[in-house]
Amino acid sequence: MSVNNTKVGWFRSGTPWVWMSASAVSISLVMVFGLLILIAARGLGYFWPADLVAMDYTERDGTEIRVMGEQRETSLVPLERLLDAGFHLEGHQGDVERHLLKIGNRDLYGIDFRSVIEPGVKNRTTPEGVIAIERREWGNFYGFLNEVKEAGNVIAEGDAAHAALVTRLERALILHDEIKHIEKIEIGAINYQLERLRLKQRKLELNNAFDAQHEQEIAAERAEEEKRYEVLQKKLMDLYDQMNRDSLTAVSVDGRQVEVNLAKVVRIFYPNEMTVGDKLQHYFMKVWEFLSDEPREANTEGGIFPAIFGTVLMVILMAILVTPFGVVAAIYLREYATQGPVTRVIRIAVNNLAGVPSVVYGVFGLGFFVYFLGGNIDALFFPEAGPAPTFGTPGILWSSLTLAILTLPVVIVATEEGLSRIPLAVREGSLALGATKAETLWRIVIPMASPALMTGLILAVARAAGEVAPLMLVGVVKLAPSMPLDGNFPFLHLDRKFMHLGFHIYDVGFQSPNVEAARPLVYATALLLVLVIVILNLAAIHIRNRLREKYQSV
Amino acid sequence: MNDNKDKTHAIDMSALGRSDAGLSLDNEEIAIRVDSLTLFYGDKQALNGVDMKIPKNRVTAFIGPSGCGKSTLLRCFNRMNDLIDSCRVEGEVSIDGENIYGKAVDVVDLRRRVGMVFQKPNPFPKSIYENVAYGLRLQGIKDRRVLDEVIEHSLKGAALWDEVKDRLNDSGMGLSGGQQQRLVIARAIAVEPHVLLLDEPASALDPISTLKLEELIYELKEKYTIVIVTHNMQQAARVSDYTAFMFMGDQVEFSDTDTLFTNPREKRTEDYITGRYG
Ligand SMILES: Nc1ncnc2c1ncn2[C@@H]1O[C@H](COP(=O)(O)OP(=O)(O)OP(=O)(O)O)[C@@H](O)[C@H]1O
Ligand SMILES: [Mg+2]
Repeated sequence: MSVNNTKVGWFRSGTPWVWMSASAVSISLVMVFGLLILIAARGLGYFWPADLVAMDYTERDGTEIRVMGEQRETSLVPLERLLDAGFHLEGHQGDVERHLLKIGNRDLYGIDFRSVIEPGVKNRTTPEGVIAIERREWGNFYGFLNEVKEAGNVIAEGDAAHAALVTRLERALILHDEIKHIEKIEIGAINYQLERLRLKQRKLELNNAFDAQHEQEIAAERAEEEKRYEVLQKKLMDLYDQMNRDSLTAVSVDGRQVEVNLAKVVRIFYPNEMTVGDKLQHYFMKVWEFLSDEPREANTEGGIFPAIFGTVLMVILMAILVTPFGVVAAIYLREYATQGPVTRVIRIAVNNLAGVPSVVYGVFGLGFFVYFLGGNIDALFFPEAGPAPTFGTPGILWSSLTLAILTLPVVIVATEEGLSRIPLAVREGSLALGATKAETLWRIVIPMASPALMTGLILAVARAAGEVAPLMLVGVVKLAPSMPLDGNFPFLHLDRKFMHLGFHIYDVGFQSPNVEAARPLVYATALLLVLVIVILNLAAIHIRNRLREKYQSV
Repeated sequence: MNDNKDKTHAIDMSALGRSDAGLSLDNEEIAIRVDSLTLFYGDKQALNGVDMKIPKNRVTAFIGPSGCGKSTLLRCFNRMNDLIDSCRVEGEVSIDGENIYGKAVDVVDLRRRVGMVFQKPNPFPKSIYENVAYGLRLQGIKDRRVLDEVIEHSLKGAALWDEVKDRLNDSGMGLSGGQQQRLVIARAIAVEPHVLLLDEPASALDPISTLKLEELIYELKEKYTIVIVTHNMQQAARVSDYTAFMFMGDQVEFSDTDTLFTNPREKRTEDYITGRYG
């Protein structure tokens, strides 16, 4: 009797529900943190310069080779699977360790990852003097430095080669930066001007206004640009010659020799001789490069700055576009429209829009914005560029607009919610002082509802930053030749295509020729995408809290 | 504190000291004239042909049981009822001789002339300064000197200046309830209305704040015609010169305050003020 009573009492007290809610919350937290930790662990390890391990290895068919590489992953494989695969492991028992090695030297081996199984490994060492050369093509080279050459003549060998290499590499890197600058910025600007002149002439021709005077002007300007180009071109040739002067030769662990031009070297390091401090320094340098540089080698090396920039810019544009639309729509629905079946239907429609798969918005964006709107804009305003499209092709403007439509429901719903929470008393207070409805809205109600609007925007930003599918149709590319924001007037080029972190993940993860190399990069990029979203959200939350403080509303 | 008591006392005396029975508004100027005012909320009739004359520069109190239409009538004077979709008004209300339900009436201008203070203090989420400046800014006044002057004057008029003069840029929401209510009054008098409507202005206030508010009302009547709705009959007796008793949408009795409380003509009034219902 009393036992029964306590049981009933326990249920009545609500304790089980508290426990259930608490466990649900903990499970959610564990999942979120587990996800973050997994991504972080996988992604962040990528930049660590691990020791290079050399070993003698017996291949499946019995041949003996010597391999050297970074040991990246170790997993246990069931014996039967290996036996089936034709390994000679007779007498072995239990699972077998398999290591994934990054052996580099893609020019020699064709692949830069391979796996080895523990029973085949002999004489494992971490040899001294191993050099790792990060190259602009063919990935890393791991081996031993032989000689340094200047214009084909050996100038240093053996130990002396290291010192010579360091100074010469520094020189080559400076030259490389200079060349990059001239090619990207200066020649880029000239090309932009030339294209502008071409369009100007074309426009005048189309308007039948291209007379001798214009012809002269344009020709003069063009000649000037071309002269500048010539000068730069000459300078470039010169710089290239200088940069290509030096080279190095090195041998791989199995004795094959390669010659690498210093123009193709990004950096060299000696992983087996680095202290933890050196490695940390190297690590942060690599992370910084990842954040600030442009991608190389089909996006599998270098950095992803253009993708970060594209994502952030696109989201900001989206926010700028969606806010006025959403606010105006919400104000109309909540404050002006007569509440009734029609507004109810509109609300249901808006809510359902939020559930439409995002790729559908992409299709809509492609059909309506890109082809219809963009095509008409081209026909009306950019006839001189035809037949090449200006806005009639996917670009960052259409991407932001498509995502603005995608996130519009969220903003409308949140803003309406905010408006409905503004007490009647304050509105009446304003009206009683002789304010019109519009003045009341503008001066009192909207500022008070602005925190709610920001909440909507936060949700919109979170959703927009993570969307990839629609963007693939309306503006994202794997490698954009130029950024949507640069030094050429009018600075913001809304018609350009752009790179995006989400698409970058997809591209590197699934389209890359070098899947093993790309996998950690996928994690690192995913981590970055999460960070970008978090930072954007924190910024919005900060603004919202400021607004809340200011208007002390609910 | 002593000062306050004396003043309250003085109000009481003036209210009770009047001896002439019966209502004669002959030597009063009329500020608001209500002619057979009928009001419907949808199908429900809330006012049944009310006739009333409210004298200028006097305090007129509306009393009556809950739901009898006091607020409804009050809100007719600045057409706040326009905001309610289902609300329909018949009859006339004239303020300063003009029918405010006429076609040519500018409601915005009307509300500027007829200020209103609500039951719950409703300051805007802005600074104290901007709260009082609100009505002026609506009129397009931007000159800082003019604003400063009017704001000081209004806050002094609402007996709030001394308490807030050092923190005009703090939020108006940070004031106490009584201060907020006086802020709202300052906000209303800043636009210099002719009439001030107060709908249970003291119902959310503690006794001390209520006392201050009543003193303020006494002072304000020199410049404004004041109409006040109250549930507190002592308050009505203390502050008002005239009192209207309303019941179920009818104006039952209107006379000067002491007559109504000491010698009511109607049985229903007597029942109400002696606490038999309501
Ligand atoms: N917006 C409205 N819609 C419909 N009916 C209303 C509305 N406002 C008031 N009423 C009705 O009109 C009648 C008079 O209401 P009113 O608010 O004027 O009463 P009151 O005398 O001010 O009461 P209280 O002393 O409780 O404030 C009530 O029966 C009320 O239910
Ligand atoms: Mg009321």
